[in-house]
Amino acid sequence: MRTAVFHETFASEERLWDSATARRWMLAFTLCLFTMPLWGSDYALAMACIVGIHVIATLGLNLTTGNTGLISLCHGAFMGVGCYTVAWLAARGLPFYITLPLAGLVTAFLGLVVGLPSLRVKGVYLAIATLAAHFILTFVFREWESVTGGVPGTKIPRANLFGFEFIGDRRNFYLIFICAFVLALAARNLARTHIGRALVAVRDRDISAEILGVHLLRTKLTAFALGAFYAGVAGGLLGYFYGAITPDYFVLTLSVYYLAAIIVGGLGTVLGSVLGALFMTFVPEALRLLAHASSQWFPGVAGLLLPMGQVVFGVLIIVFLIFEPHGLAAIWQRVRRGFHLWPFKT
Amino acid sequence: MSEFLEYSLLGLLSGGVTALIALAFVLIYKGTGVVNFAVGEFMMLGAYLYYAGAVSFGLAPWLAFLLSLFGIGLLAIVLERAVLRPLSGQPVVAVMMATIGMASIIHGGVEAVWGGDTYSPPTLLPRTPLKMGDILIPGTMLGNFTVASILIGAFLIFFRYSKTGIAMRATASDSVTAATLGIDINFAQRLTWLLSGLVGTVAGVLIASSAGLSPLLAAAALGVFAAIILGGLDSILGAIVASLLIGWIEALGAGYLGGKSRDVLPFVLVLAVLVFKPYGMFGTRTIERL
Repeated sequence: MRTAVFHETFASEERLWDSATARRWMLAFTLCLFTMPLWGSDYALAMACIVGIHVIATLGLNLTTGNTGLISLCHGAFMGVGCYTVAWLAARGLPFYITLPLAGLVTAFLGLVVGLPSLRVKGVYLAIATLAAHFILTFVFREWESVTGGVPGTKIPRANLFGFEFIGDRRNFYLIFICAFVLALAARNLARTHIGRALVAVRDRDISAEILGVHLLRTKLTAFALGAFYAGVAGGLLGYFYGAITPDYFVLTLSVYYLAAIIVGGLGTVLGSVLGALFMTFVPEALRLLAHASSQWFPGVAGLLLPMGQVVFGVLIIVFLIFEPHGLAAIWQRVRRGFHLWPFKT
Repeated sequence: MSEFLEYSLLGLLSGGVTALIALAFVLIYKGTGVVNFAVGEFMMLGAYLYYAGAVSFGLAPWLAFLLSLFGIGLLAIVLERAVLRPLSGQPVVAVMMATIGMASIIHGGVEAVWGGDTYSPPTLLPRTPLKMGDILIPGTMLGNFTVASILIGAFLIFFRYSKTGIAMRATASDSVTAATLGIDINFAQRLTWLLSGLVGTVAGVLIASSAGLSPLLAAAALGVFAAIILGGLDSILGAIVASLLIGWIEALGAGYLGGKSRDVLPFVLVLAVLVFKPYGMFGTRTIERL
């Protein structure tokens, strides 16, 4: 049994998982996760794939909004950019290990452009700038028919690795979760570097950060570009997963959905992104099951699903902001501490 | 040339309602330092309440209008007490996200109750069109513009001369000093939300009774960001001037570039203004280069 961790060197304090127990649990979790296609049901796998994509997108938004404090309301539109980039490149026969990073880079470049107003303004103004960017991007999705296929949408060919086709959830699972794992590790490691610390410094007190030598504009643009990169990769995976996409998917509600995910999960932590994405995937799913179960008493309840989802996202955002601003990640840490200290402190 | 005149006139007239919506934003930003992303939803809900009163319950339009004002006023006060008060002192980012949450709740609620169909509620104002030479101006547009100007004028007078209005301005510019001078700042903030909700409802009912009522109404408010950014977020005068200007530009864009430009033109303007003149034409210039 362990009650606390005693660090003797800076190196041990800086490690990703602070004790042998934590590392063993992490290993067990990873093993369970990556053998899931062998033992999971079809339903569980389909849900897992969606969770994986949401995790990547949420990680990105958490870098921009959670770590750096810049509200982005165009995260959903960024995913669209990634998705359409992949669709366009894949239709020209490029393999996924080229299209996905390229989608990320294209979206990151766009993120830089959208983040440019942070040259002059901050806070409220920046949020409005991202909102404007959302509407401009969705307009482009609908109108630039030669690339995006317009309103009817476009098809994305299956990902293919040396003749191994990623068809079905079981195979896509690996594609999605390897990306999610690498990107989550990258985000976790980023927090240990000077870049990650600069992001947090800008969020907490931008004036002090500048005095300490943090280049504010460069840091903010980095945050935007990083967040957009994650969104682009998530959007690309979404394209490969669904095989076809229409502009209707990338509405403002999607951005609000991810905002809810980072607030519910916990701002500024990787654990929070994962928990938030997990939770937010199951909220609409639970609503759907509930509607399905009650449809014999209330016919027509299925039509209420989408609006009720919006209501629930809004309620979750407000309730967590007021009562648990650090989100599920904080609850998780409390429960963990409770276990560590169990017989001594209740 | 007469085409240009017609577009310009129609644009300026539609700018009147835009100015009302902009006023709903600016009031809250001035009063509490928060950009209320739920203004569009307040508008939409107000218009739906008006529709429910006038058509579903068969009340006289003016009575339905009063009831919808009452309902939105109540909602604004409840939300201010239940959501904004507990979050006071939190970073602006948190409060803004809470307003996004409120918007999501109201939007979903309205769609759950009324669905996505378009309704046409009865008009409050006469529909007789006005003929000026060879330019035909729809009566509702003229009426909307008149109501909007009267209301905005009343607000300007209220803030300049009435004791309550001055107290609200004091709270907005420095709440601590205002409190030491004996101003009830909680009351002032509640009043700010109430007034913003009422102005939004008037704008919503005006738009709904001239252009039809559907959940898309809420998106109209997002287009108004162009006006409030251009005018400067915290300037009522700026909001009015910029609304007229934006209405004019939009009408010209719709006339010469096609109706689709209405979906994107305001937002291109927002980005342009933010990059080149971020505090707008009349906004308070905060001197910090961060």
